[in-house]
Amino acid sequence: MAEADTGATDQNGPDPKRRRFLTLGVAGVGAVGVAALAAPMLSSFAPSRRAKAAGAPVEVDISKLEAGQMMTVEWRGKPVWLVNRTDEALASLDAVQGELADPGSEMPQQPGYVEMDTRSIKRNLMIMLGVCTHLGCAPTYRPEIAPPDLGADWQGGFFCPCHGSKFDFAGRVYSGVPAPTNLEVPPHAYLSDTLVVIGVDQEAA
Amino acid sequence: MIKATTLAIAGAAMLGLSSLAHAAGTGYALQSPNIDVGNERSLQRGARTFVNHCMTCHSLGFMRYSRVAEDLGIPPKMVEDNLIFAVDDAGKSLKVTSMMDSAMSTEYGKQAFGVAPPDLSLTARSRGEAWLYTYLKSFYVDESRTGVGSNNTVLKGSAMPNVFWQLQGHQSPVLKDPNDPKSEVIGVEPLTAGTQSAEEFDKTVTDLVNFLSYAAEPGQERRRSIGMWVLLFMFVFTGLAWVLKKEYWRDVH
Amino acid sequence: MAEAKKGAFMTWIDDRFPFTETMQYHMTKYYAPKNFNFWYYFGVLSMVMLVIQIVTGIFLTMNYKPDGAKAFASVEYIMRDVNFGDILRYMHSTGASFFFIVVYLHMFRALLYGSYQKPRELIWVFGMVIYLCLMAEAFMGYLLPWGQMSYWGAQVIINLFNTIPFIGPALTEWVRGDYIVSDITLNRFFAFHVIALPLVLAALVFLHIVALHHVGSNNPDGIDIKKNKDENGVPKDGIAFHPYYTVKDTFGLSVFLTFFFAVVFFMPEMGGYFLEHANFIPADPLKTPEHIAPVWYFTPFYAMLRAVPPIAGSAFPGVMVMFGAIIVLFFLPWLDRGKVRSIRYRSSMYKVLLGLFVVSFVVLGYYGIQPPSFWGTLLSRICTFYYFAYFALLWWMSGNETTKPLPERVTS
Repeated sequence: MAEADTGATDQNGPDPKRRRFLTLGVAGVGAVGVAALAAPMLSSFAPSRRAKAAGAPVEVDISKLEAGQMMTVEWRGKPVWLVNRTDEALASLDAVQGELADPGSEMPQQPGYVEMDTRSIKRNLMIMLGVCTHLGCAPTYRPEIAPPDLGADWQGGFFCPCHGSKFDFAGRVYSGVPAPTNLEVPPHAYLSDTLVVIGVDQEAA
Repeated sequence: MIKATTLAIAGAAMLGLSSLAHAAGTGYALQSPNIDVGNERSLQRGARTFVNHCMTCHSLGFMRYSRVAEDLGIPPKMVEDNLIFAVDDAGKSLKVTSMMDSAMSTEYGKQAFGVAPPDLSLTARSRGEAWLYTYLKSFYVDESRTGVGSNNTVLKGSAMPNVFWQLQGHQSPVLKDPNDPKSEVIGVEPLTAGTQSAEEFDKTVTDLVNFLSYAAEPGQERRRSIGMWVLLFMFVFTGLAWVLKKEYWRDVH
Repeated sequence: MAEAKKGAFMTWIDDRFPFTETMQYHMTKYYAPKNFNFWYYFGVLSMVMLVIQIVTGIFLTMNYKPDGAKAFASVEYIMRDVNFGDILRYMHSTGASFFFIVVYLHMFRALLYGSYQKPRELIWVFGMVIYLCLMAEAFMGYLLPWGQMSYWGAQVIINLFNTIPFIGPALTEWVRGDYIVSDITLNRFFAFHVIALPLVLAALVFLHIVALHHVGSNNPDGIDIKKNKDENGVPKDGIAFHPYYTVKDTFGLSVFLTFFFAVVFFMPEMGGYFLEHANFIPADPLKTPEHIAPVWYFTPFYAMLRAVPPIAGSAFPGVMVMFGAIIVLFFLPWLDRGKVRSIRYRSSMYKVLLGLFVVSFVVLGYYGIQPPSFWGTLLSRICTFYYFAYFALLWWMSGNETTKPLPERVTS
């Protein structure tokens, strides 16, 4: 079987065009096959079902969160803050506008369905990731006005102890600090008045 | 020709060998259920039977509720409401992303049954579907076994009671020598009627075994469907490669 | 001819690395006999299997945990949770069996056409070392899923060393690193399986091919094609490996992969031969499975082990016979004193002896899977005896064998 059946047709000799075409065809289809073989290997790097299950949306009951309080829940291994802002805190959002780097939240650090002035769905309830946009430290909640260590201008907000980045009650970054952008608002949706789910977009809920 | 004979021998050796018996062979003839892991409705019924009748004692520790929801076409919310009865150690209801662990602790299982009820994630692969199907149908009343009150023709001295007696009714043993109560049990026959007819019960057990077969390898349906495409590709490529080989080998005389 | 067309880039490369030279030596100007048949596919297929095993193995390693408490669950994690993990795992588990299928056929090819005879003795010896390493690789890899068969298979095989007089018990403890097969054993087998042995295998395959390309390939007629050269010094019966054998092997590989993927996607357990049923039960040091059998590719040797009765209360002779069956193969080039290579020109006596040798090997393989029985043991004993007798008979008959006249040129 090693010898191809060589008949009269063979007298014509090899046809370089046909050969080239066939070689390219086999190489092309073969390349598709190799790519298909590589797909499962590369795909195995993506988060597995276990990772996805661990990073599944988290439901939070906010009925017990009183005005001025903050609670932290874990979503995908990261801290998510839920802050019930007081009327004074909301009022401060306008007052500090001039000192912020991105007061209008132009940078895509929040989903499109939050109100731009408060960066939240419900006016009082702020939900954001407690991860500093500078180098990933966890900022601290500093609601008090003008504490000795933060100076007389401090209107309340979040302060990152690592490199001194400052954020207001909506997680908007002050200008002139190391952090480049506002704190990130994760996708979230309200299932009811007191039940919010982190990790699901409002429309999809 | 020696080549032909050796090929024939090798071929016969490969084809002639029947598949190996599953673990724990028994002399009892096994019945094969009609397994179809592509039948979503059957899997849904099997899953319900499993959580209602088996999960009190047995876990499905490699299986996530959310995977069952996804593969069986059940909305996660419905799974949470209808399939999740188990609670975690703190007494809180399990989430849809939890593993299908049973309510019973291994320690308690050992105390109650002598052996801890095994995890059933892979039983369909270690024992085989036919074994499971026949086993579940082969319980009979045996008063001599205190505590369990039953025995099984497939697994003699099984620590598991007949959890389906309400559906199936009780069964009595068929003895090899009817006059000798000590003789070997070779089968079972109905003793009392259950809430299901024999056909209905067969279907219930088939659905359950079907579900366990699915749970032993949840990706099997997708694997086979990818396989169809892979083979299709291989046929095309083999054809092309053959044409290319023929073309080049025209040079060889 | 290539020199003239060579671009500046290739010249730059070739001044620094013998690329064109190497390609010519091994591919475009490596002249292989034109009469290769079906049996000559299995060399390249073995190499492809090695690559498949290494590549899938790398990705399995990323999710596998070599820990007695986690290993079994991590395999199920790969099977259920990792994207395409089931495909990777089945490619690797099916790949192990297919690797042995092609290697056995490749070795049989060498027996058919006398490819181990002078001047190819070293190719055969390198090949035998590859085979030994492959067995070690497969044996250690089989422990990793940490199922009942993994565990008890390893337990039984390691205990073979126990039978070695004087040092046995100390040696087995040293191999296991514990008093039983344990987490410690698993961890060291993992290290051997994923790094040590693959490195050795890759190096040996390299040597195997370097030796082959130095002396040139044998062929189904077993004659030396270098004796008949044309005016350019090219063997008249030789054709360039590339493109002729690369296109032919592409076709052969494609047929082979079709079978391979049919098993991977549609019958990865292969009825319990490739993935044993009991291995879906986690390892339990307190409970032995009812019937322990190694995977099919070890069963001929396992059957020999069981066929030899204990002598003077020691199972050591059986162990010696089992290892001896592999060792004796190393000496085949010197045991066969035949004047011709290929079975085509050898005596009928030789054909009968070799045929019976293959039959005994297959029969041993069959009984190695079965539970012990009277006929099984009897036949295993006969076949084990013949397996060794073959080499003696070969030496005796090949010294004065009536062979058919060899052709001047290869036949098709």
